[in-house]
Amino acid sequence: MPVFSYLAYPEQGAKEQLLKDLSELRYCEITPAQNEELLILLTDTPDEDSEKQLQKKLKALDSLQSLGMAFGHMDD
Amino acid sequence: MKLDRRSFIKLMAMNSAATAAATLFPGVSFGAWSTTEMASGGILWKKTPCRFCGTGCSLLVGVSGDRAVAVKGDPNCTVNKGLCCVKGYHSIQILYGKDRIQKALVRKNGKMVEVPVAEALDLVARKMQETIQVHGKDAVAMYGSGQWSITDGYVASKLFKGCIGTNNVEANARLCMASAVTGCITTFGLDEPMGCYEDIEKADVFVTWGNNMAEMHPVLFSRMLATRKNRTHVKIIDFATRTTRSSLAADRSILFRPQTDLAVANAICYEIIRNGWVNWDFVNKHVSFHKGKTNIGYGTEDHFKFKDKAETVDFNALKLFLKDYTPENVEKISGVPAKDIKYLAALYGDPDKKVTSFWTMGMNQHTRGTWINNLVYNIHLLTGKISSPGNSPFSLTGQPSACGTVREVGTLTHKLPHGVVMNPDHRKMAARIWDVPVENIDPKPTYHTVEMFRALDRGDIRFMWIQVTNPMVTMPNLRRYRDGAEKEGRFVVVSEIYPTPTSDIADVILPSALWIEREGFFGNSERRTQHNEQIVPMPGETVSNTWQIMEVARKMGFEKQFPWSEETYIEDIWNEYIQFHDSPKHRMAPFKVLKERSGVQWPYVNGMETKWRYNAKYDPACKQKDFDFYGKKDHRAWIWLRPYEPPAESPDSEYPFWLNTGRVLEHWHTGSMTRRVPILHKAMPESYVEINPDDAARMGITNGSDVKISSRRGSLVMKAMINGRGNPPRGMVFVPFFDEKYLINEVTLDAFCPISKQPDYKKCAVKLERA
Ligand code: SF4
Repeated sequence: MPVFSYLAYPEQGAKEQLLKDLSELRYCEITPAQNEELLILLTDTPDEDSEKQLQKKLKALDSLQSLGMAFGHMDD
Repeated sequence: MKLDRRSFIKLMAMNSAATAAATLFPGVSFGAWSTTEMASGGILWKKTPCRFCGTGCSLLVGVSGDRAVAVKGDPNCTVNKGLCCVKGYHSIQILYGKDRIQKALVRKNGKMVEVPVAEALDLVARKMQETIQVHGKDAVAMYGSGQWSITDGYVASKLFKGCIGTNNVEANARLCMASAVTGCITTFGLDEPMGCYEDIEKADVFVTWGNNMAEMHPVLFSRMLATRKNRTHVKIIDFATRTTRSSLAADRSILFRPQTDLAVANAICYEIIRNGWVNWDFVNKHVSFHKGKTNIGYGTEDHFKFKDKAETVDFNALKLFLKDYTPENVEKISGVPAKDIKYLAALYGDPDKKVTSFWTMGMNQHTRGTWINNLVYNIHLLTGKISSPGNSPFSLTGQPSACGTVREVGTLTHKLPHGVVMNPDHRKMAARIWDVPVENIDPKPTYHTVEMFRALDRGDIRFMWIQVTNPMVTMPNLRRYRDGAEKEGRFVVVSEIYPTPTSDIADVILPSALWIEREGFFGNSERRTQHNEQIVPMPGETVSNTWQIMEVARKMGFEKQFPWSEETYIEDIWNEYIQFHDSPKHRMAPFKVLKERSGVQWPYVNGMETKWRYNAKYDPACKQKDFDFYGKKDHRAWIWLRPYEPPAESPDSEYPFWLNTGRVLEHWHTGSMTRRVPILHKAMPESYVEINPDDAARMGITNGSDVKISSRRGSLVMKAMINGRGNPPRGMVFVPFFDEKYLINEVTLDAFCPISKQPDYKKCAVKLERA
């Protein structure tokens, strides 16, 4: 079902923590920038409910300042 | 096969994010990952502006067969640089809601029955003619939208103002942008911002005046955050009446009491003068001083009239006027500590800092909306921080084409595509381009939006055609206007895509095509015009709003004015429309250029876009060295002496709370589209009332419990939200208006700015009770 990609901005100095927090979440693939306080987050959830649960968990992360969406796809 | 396709889609998703990152952070590296051009995988990508806010992000919509299946941010567009927000992504799902209106409906014996579109259009034309015959031309009206495509608004204006001869054309942008317009006109003589979004990468300081960009303009907010990450000295100051997601991300959050932004802006000017931070070189050459009328009223009574009168004064008059606005005095009115006012003034006053001010509805939906726009301009003018990269006072639009279709085409009662109906030269120009007798165009404006619905209630208007907007949710003091619209002898036509409380009161419903189901244009906040082609087929019997109006016009006998064919009408209308703006002050890009690019900024002169107006380095319309505020006859920008005046209604012992209303990230305006997108609906299923935790504790209100909100006009019961995503101060509640189950506008007040006629949805008095 849904595939999204985002730019994930960590809170000040929390890039490593954010990397760790996101790595612990299901359906998330993370690619950290080497030279910026920034990560790419790719989410690939099996259905809408898992997507909703994941969104809730993302919102609750203290290490995450904000997400900027770059791509979304929903199978017909 | 499925696995391959999925892996491929993930590759595209990664690629899009990496491209966006590379645009926002040049030189960013993701190790082994590098962005690559990929084959399309059976998906065809087409560009379109997003239709869900005035930012004007360009999207690439992926089409598989006849269906839109994916969205990515367009990396070729300087607005969003490859990003989009949750609404932008989900925008394509609004095409596919189960209850999409796909056929015309006509009320027969009290019931809506399906009829062929041609029959419904016949009826609309006949009813309009009959109404004009019996009640006169000013008994018919068109109420449109900042979500109209530019051609929709243009043909509406041509039919009503040029052919029928009534100025009864208004659009919902009156409810969201009118104060920005009158602010620009009174200060600069011309509408729309002088700056552009590139200011975001150039500014050192951002002050957001009463807006919540993290939710309402998330892509621009991301750009601001990226600027702060790239240049660590950059500061974001959130100046607002309630704490929001934007406040949490800002470097400083400063709260003020509703309406007192007027006093604080004056206090900032007081401090700038007291500390010697005035840019005299700029002020002496480019600014003049004026004062207008005071105690100007609130427009709550029918037939309210107001006309301002400018009196020229000088700098000393300004200094004298500001003497009451010391930070200490203003602290008492506004609740903003004097030291915070001084801090704001020091940011604006520092000659080494470039400052951009952003605002949206907090300043525009304000009973002194024009004044507060003037006062923020005053700050930028006194310091000379205007019309240059990074120095920008900037009103952001809420709707995708509030600028393009309403402000530029002029779909307001007093406006023409160029200029105003009151001006004989502007009427002559319109008559020539429209090929109508000049006498057709009435020199007198009729009704602004609130007064137009009052006229429908009174029976002065008998026929109203509403396109692409939902006034039966959005009008303030709603009950009066709904009851009025439902009275005997009123005929209401609604062009819509889904059933709404407005289509519920219609006598005819016309099925409208959505934006990428037809060709069209939007114009965003930064003077950028954006074209989209038809990307997917129109479902059922839906038709574009432009075509609906043209068909009715022809049926009324105006074939000569609407001669265009179905194949080329959008291009033909564009070519006619741009004749109105054919000068270096406002020239629009030709159709071919718009088709190729992800938006073009006007004035577009000699193949060049104009990023900063009024600055001779960038703006070919300037005739003077450095700056030229050519919109005013004196070629100067006007500083206005505008006092603090209280709002129309304030809390008292009977109604002790402020009510503030607004939007949320997930939903677009009244939610008629976004509530039909499952993910957005689930993320924010219903509206609520935000209450300060101390107030809630004192009243025994718990999170999720039912609360009754009442004003002098109406009441409703909804669930409490405590410590949610926003947090009002003690004595204020906030209610989002996206949910038609909770018509909060039955509670709001229809007071407006006497100059702009824009209602104030941010302030009225209510009481709360546990329900
Ligand atoms: S920020 Fe506005 S224009 Fe951009 S994607 Fe979101 S809703 Fe659309």
